[in-house]
Amino acid sequence: MKTDITSHAEAAEAFNKKESYVNWHDETLWFVRKKRDRVVHQIPEWEALREKASATKHYVLSHMDELLEEFEKNAIRNGIQVHWAVDGDEHNRIIEEILNRHGIRQMVKSKSMLTEECHLNPYLASRGIDVIDSDLGERVVQLRQEPPSHIVMPAIHLKKKDIGDLFHIHLGTEAGAEDPKYLTEAARQHLRETFLTRRASLTGVNFAIASTGGFMVCTNEGNADMGAHLADVHIACMGMEKLIPTFNDLSVFLRLLARSATGQPITTYSSYFEKPRKGQEMHLVIVDNGRSTQLGRADFRNSLKCIRCGACMNTCPVYRRSGGHSYHNAVAGPIGSILAPNVDMRKNADLPFASTLCGSCSNVCPVKIDIHDQLYKWRQVLAKEGFVPKPKAIGMKAMSVLFAQPRFYQWAGSVGRVVMRTFPGAINNGLNPWYKQRDMPEAPKESFREWYIRNRQK
Amino acid sequence: MSSREIILNRVKSNKPEPTQRPEELPNPIRYENLLETFKTMLGNIEGKAFEVSSWEEITGILHSEYPDMVNKASDIPQLADWVDFSLREEDPHQLDSVNLAVIQGELGVAENAAIWVTEERLSHRVLPFITQYLAIVIPADTIVHNMHEAMSQIRTGGFGWGAFISGPSKTADIEQSLVIGAHGARALCVFLLKD
Repeated sequence: MKTDITSHAEAAEAFNKKESYVNWHDETLWFVRKKRDRVVHQIPEWEALREKASATKHYVLSHMDELLEEFEKNAIRNGIQVHWAVDGDEHNRIIEEILNRHGIRQMVKSKSMLTEECHLNPYLASRGIDVIDSDLGERVVQLRQEPPSHIVMPAIHLKKKDIGDLFHIHLGTEAGAEDPKYLTEAARQHLRETFLTRRASLTGVNFAIASTGGFMVCTNEGNADMGAHLADVHIACMGMEKLIPTFNDLSVFLRLLARSATGQPITTYSSYFEKPRKGQEMHLVIVDNGRSTQLGRADFRNSLKCIRCGACMNTCPVYRRSGGHSYHNAVAGPIGSILAPNVDMRKNADLPFASTLCGSCSNVCPVKIDIHDQLYKWRQVLAKEGFVPKPKAIGMKAMSVLFAQPRFYQWAGSVGRVVMRTFPGAINNGLNPWYKQRDMPEAPKESFREWYIRNRQK
Repeated sequence: MSSREIILNRVKSNKPEPTQRPEELPNPIRYENLLETFKTMLGNIEGKAFEVSSWEEITGILHSEYPDMVNKASDIPQLADWVDFSLREEDPHQLDSVNLAVIQGELGVAENAAIWVTEERLSHRVLPFITQYLAIVIPADTIVHNMHEAMSQIRTGGFGWGAFISGPSKTADIEQSLVIGAHGARALCVFLLKD
């Protein structure tokens, strides 16, 4: 696993070196955003749905302890074994113990961003337990020893040629083959063998229902079900914010999730587990890992409403042009940038700045999280706590001096325009970060203020 | 203190002021022609819909859709003579050789072509996933307009597992090219059975 951390800006710069990839990445995610718009516009009550989902999640946040206890009680009654993990380490240890008790050394796993967050795979690997990711995109990035770059489309940073080359090495597909149908078929065969031979299967949880003690897992591929229904032991892992009050509430969330994520009316499989099947053992791990702290931050607690659809990434002009890996966090993009500083401010201080604050993320969010407002608020918290890098802090200070003194601002502006017009080389060079991947605009002769004064006099 | 207590205590002291649960959605979408909408939605996601009025019609269509298919399985009593694969097997892994499975669905949803199935009518939960090709039979008059109507008809507690299935399994993980037949069924036929 590559874990070396560079700042978002540095990583984005590296991503931008392959121009054809960046352009493809940008256009493809924007295409997904447009697909989302098309299906959303077919639902006249879309805004009411978002409002209802947001209010339901707010109810969950404000009653979370009671709902967790209700969920646990019902799950236990259903024959599910419930575990609680304060942090990622405890989550990993719980899973290791379950597997050890059964003498299991190999497990199949469907998509779970929580296990990415907790770094479960490397933990188990270091203890000699082999995990195979069964979602096609996740299997691809696993074979490349990379983390997913998008929570819904884990391999969106790759082209079919990359995957063809990868499968040639690992799955024995023909050299140079890049037909998606052929490559998917190869993965289907390879993973079917895995499903048939693994005694333990781990899945994520999309929604946990307090009133029934059951949980729903959504996939398009059918991999969560293939794993869970064949294995002797099914382990489901959830962040505690996955709770919803009742089974009926699923109607709202299932209508929102896939439409927001990929522009589908619903995922192919929305699978509801309430009791283990005969002879099967079912475990559920409820994880905190900083969520209860975030719950206490009034400005940021709304981020816990997230249902992990990825719409904010697809629409984000910065994400689309910098790639998921530049966020060095399990969840990338705008939502990742407001979740990550809660867990580690120092490590993730750069993320709230990886945004233009255009607000597009908040506009598409199906649970109406005020993402761009929170990005702005995190910047202030981080500056106050001293986590903003020196050059940025100095720049901000200089700017506040400049903007606070109108005379000085006017003078500086006129000097800037003269310099830019006389010596364009002074700014059109590699030392100026704004010059990267773009030309600087030609400076106007006069400022708006000068123009306004001149024209008003006429 | 156990992790459970630590977490619940933290949540208790950090949670916001209590709010109420929101009202029901007033006017969720309804369609003029339920059956046609369902069929269009299913077609959009590469599923095939057939309006039929008898079980003979169903087996006839399956025969022309999948000629010479062996290892056909179903728990539906009316198809007992049609199957050639026994689902009495205890071990679900044995179902790996099933090529075509026909299952009974409880209801269909027009807004997204999802069909609700539960283990109450299945001998194995894995059957709809492990089979190469899947067909689902639902009474044509069980189709509802939207997910709100669907969920209000489902009574939990009686089954341990259920699922909404909408179309055949698929993936777009390789350069966003849609490929049908990821890990689950490679195709889906839906039979809308009229009285």
